[in-house]
Amino acid sequence: MTELLPRRGLAQILALIVILAVDRVVSPQFFDLRLQDGRLFGSLIDVLNRGTPVALLSLGMVLVIATRGIDLSVGAVMAICGAIAASLADSHGLPVVLAAALGAGLICGLWNGFLVAVLGMQPIVATLILMVAGRGIAQLITEGRIVTFSSPDLVWLGNGAILGVPVPIAIALGMLILTGAVVRGSALGLLIEATGGNARASELAGVGTRAMILAVYVWCGVCAALAGVIAAADIMGADANNAGLWLELDAILAVVIGGTSLFGGRFSLVLAVLGALIIQTMNTGILLSGYPPEFNLLVKAVVVLAVLLLQSPKLSGFAGIMVRLRRTKP
Amino acid sequence: MTLKALFAASATATLLLALPANAAELTVGFSQIGSESGWRAAETSVSKQEATKRKVNLKIADAQQKQENQIKAIRSFIAQNVDAIFLAPVVSTGWDSVLKEAKEAKIPVVLLDRDIDPSGKDLYLTAVTSDSVHEGAVAGDWLAKTVGDKACNIVELQGTVGASVAANRKKGFDTAIAKHANLKVVRSQTGDFTRAKGKEVMESFIKAEGGGKNICAVYAHNDDMMVGAIQAMKEAGLKPGKDILTVSIDAVPDIFKAMVAGEANATVELTPNMAGPAFDAVAAFKEKGTVPPKWIQTESKLLTAADDPQKVYDSKKGLGY
Repeated sequence: MTELLPRRGLAQILALIVILAVDRVVSPQFFDLRLQDGRLFGSLIDVLNRGTPVALLSLGMVLVIATRGIDLSVGAVMAICGAIAASLADSHGLPVVLAAALGAGLICGLWNGFLVAVLGMQPIVATLILMVAGRGIAQLITEGRIVTFSSPDLVWLGNGAILGVPVPIAIALGMLILTGAVVRGSALGLLIEATGGNARASELAGVGTRAMILAVYVWCGVCAALAGVIAAADIMGADANNAGLWLELDAILAVVIGGTSLFGGRFSLVLAVLGALIIQTMNTGILLSGYPPEFNLLVKAVVVLAVLLLQSPKLSGFAGIMVRLRRTKP
Repeated sequence: MTLKALFAASATATLLLALPANAAELTVGFSQIGSESGWRAAETSVSKQEATKRKVNLKIADAQQKQENQIKAIRSFIAQNVDAIFLAPVVSTGWDSVLKEAKEAKIPVVLLDRDIDPSGKDLYLTAVTSDSVHEGAVAGDWLAKTVGDKACNIVELQGTVGASVAANRKKGFDTAIAKHANLKVVRSQTGDFTRAKGKEVMESFIKAEGGGKNICAVYAHNDDMMVGAIQAMKEAGLKPGKDILTVSIDAVPDIFKAMVAGEANATVELTPNMAGPAFDAVAAFKEKGTVPPKWIQTESKLLTAADDPQKVYDSKKGLGY
C-alpha cells in the first residue's frame, strides 16, 4: 500500500484536504466562485491571493534552508522594497519601479550572502542584522508615514487579473515554475542540497559551495522584494511599520511544514508552497469561522502541531507498529 | 511720597515681577516615543507648531521606542533645568524614580497621549489624553443616529488583541449601541490596526455574510483598517459609504480622501494636538500657580462628509501622517 502512494508530500496534501474540509464546514460557501469585475472572486481565491507573499518568501527560504542556512530578514526586505516601489510609483513607469525594488532586494540578498558565505557568519545572526536594520531603512524611506500611490500599473500588480486569475497568484505560480525550472532543470538543486548536506565534503568534491550560498540568499532577497511589491500594490501604499512583519516566521514555518529539514539537504519547492497554502487556508478559515480573535493564535498553533506530528517519522513509525499489532492480534 | 510716585513704583515693581515670565520664554523638553505611526509623526509636527505659536522653546528627544532612552532624555532635561517636561510614555510602568528626580528639581511633568501606572499620580502635573472609550461611544452614537430604526448588522475590525486602545474603543462602541436593539455586531475580528489585515479580514467578512448583503455597517478601531476594508468592499463590487456605512476612529488624512470620493461616512478624531493644552496648563501653572486637573481630556470630534473633507485633508496631509 505504502509503495503505491508517494511517501513524500502525502502528509501535506492530507493536511490541506482536512483543513479545506474544515473550512467548508465553518463556511458553507467556501468553494463558491464567481467573476467580479473580470476577476475570480471567492474564499478559495482569497486563500491563494493572501497566501502569495508567504508563498513567494518560502520559495527563496526553502533554498536558503536547504543550504543549512536561514534568512530572518525577508520581512524587512519586503518592507524596504515595498517602500521603494511606493515612493517611485507615481513618478516613474512600472519597469523602473520594478527594477529599483527588485534591485534593492538583490542587494539585500547579496549583503546576507556576503556575511554568510564570505565572512562565514552564522546565518541566524547575519540575517538578524538586516531584519532589525531593514525595517529602520524602510521607515527612513517612508519617513514613518504610509506612502500611498495611485499609479494604475503598480495597482494592477496587486489587484488586477489575467484571464480572471488575480495577478499576485499568477506571479507566484510563475515564480514557482521559474525557480523549479532553474534548480531542478539543472544540477543546481542537487548542488544546493549537497552544500546543505555536508558543505566540507561538497567543497572537496568540487562544488562551489560559497557561490551556492551566495546565490540562494540573493534569490531569497529577490523573492522577498517581489512579495514586498505585491503587498504594497495590494493596499496601494507602503506601510514600513507593518509590511511583512513576522512573515519571516511564516515563511520558515511553510518550509518546515513542506518537509524540508532545518538542518539542510533535501528540499521541495512545491511542498514549501503547499506549506504556505496550508497556513493561509487555516488563517482564512479562522477569519471565516467567526471565533473571537483571542483564539486565532491558539487555533493556528494546534493545527501546525498536528501537521508536524503527521510528518514525524517517530510517530508514523509508531502508527505502523500499531497497525501491525492490530493485524497480528486476532 | 506722592500718589504719583507710589503709582510709578508699583508699576515698576509689577513690571519687574512680570518680566521673567514674559521675556524669558518657556523652555519645554519633550520626550517623544519615536516613529511608531503616522499619528505619532503628526503629533510631533503639531507640537512644534503649537510651540512656535506660543513662542515656547521646545526641545524634542526621539526615544526610538525605548524607555531607557526616554529616561535618559528626562535626566538631560532636568540637567538643562527646563521649565517643564512633556512625556509621551512608551510603557506605563517604571517611571517612579526619574519622575521623582524631576519633582525634586521642581520641574512639572505633563504626560501626553498616554497615562502611566496609577502609583505615580502625584509625580506629574497632569495628563493630556484622549478617552478611547468615549471615542468608541461617539462612533456608536453616530451610527445609531444615522441608521435610525432600521435593523443593522455591524461588522467590527478590532485593533491588536491585548491593546488597551482596542479594548476601550470596543467597550465604548458596544455600550453606545447596546441601547438600540436594532443594532447588532454580527462579526468581530482583529485587523491589527493595519491596512493589509483590515482588507484581508473584510474580505472574509464579505464572504461570510452573503457577499456583503447582510452587512449594513463597518466599524473599525482605526482609519487605516477602514482604508483597507474600503478596498475590499470595492473589489467585491460593493459601494462603501452607500451599500455599507463606515465609521472609524483617528481621522488620518487618507480617510478624508475616501470621504471626498463618497466611500467613507464618518471618523472620530484623535487629535494630534496634545501639546497645545499642555503648554496652556504649564503656562497657567508657572504664571498664576493654577494647578490643572489630573486629567485633561482632548475633544473626540466626529467628522463626516458634511465637514468639508477636502479641506480637512489639505490641512492634515502636511503633518506627517
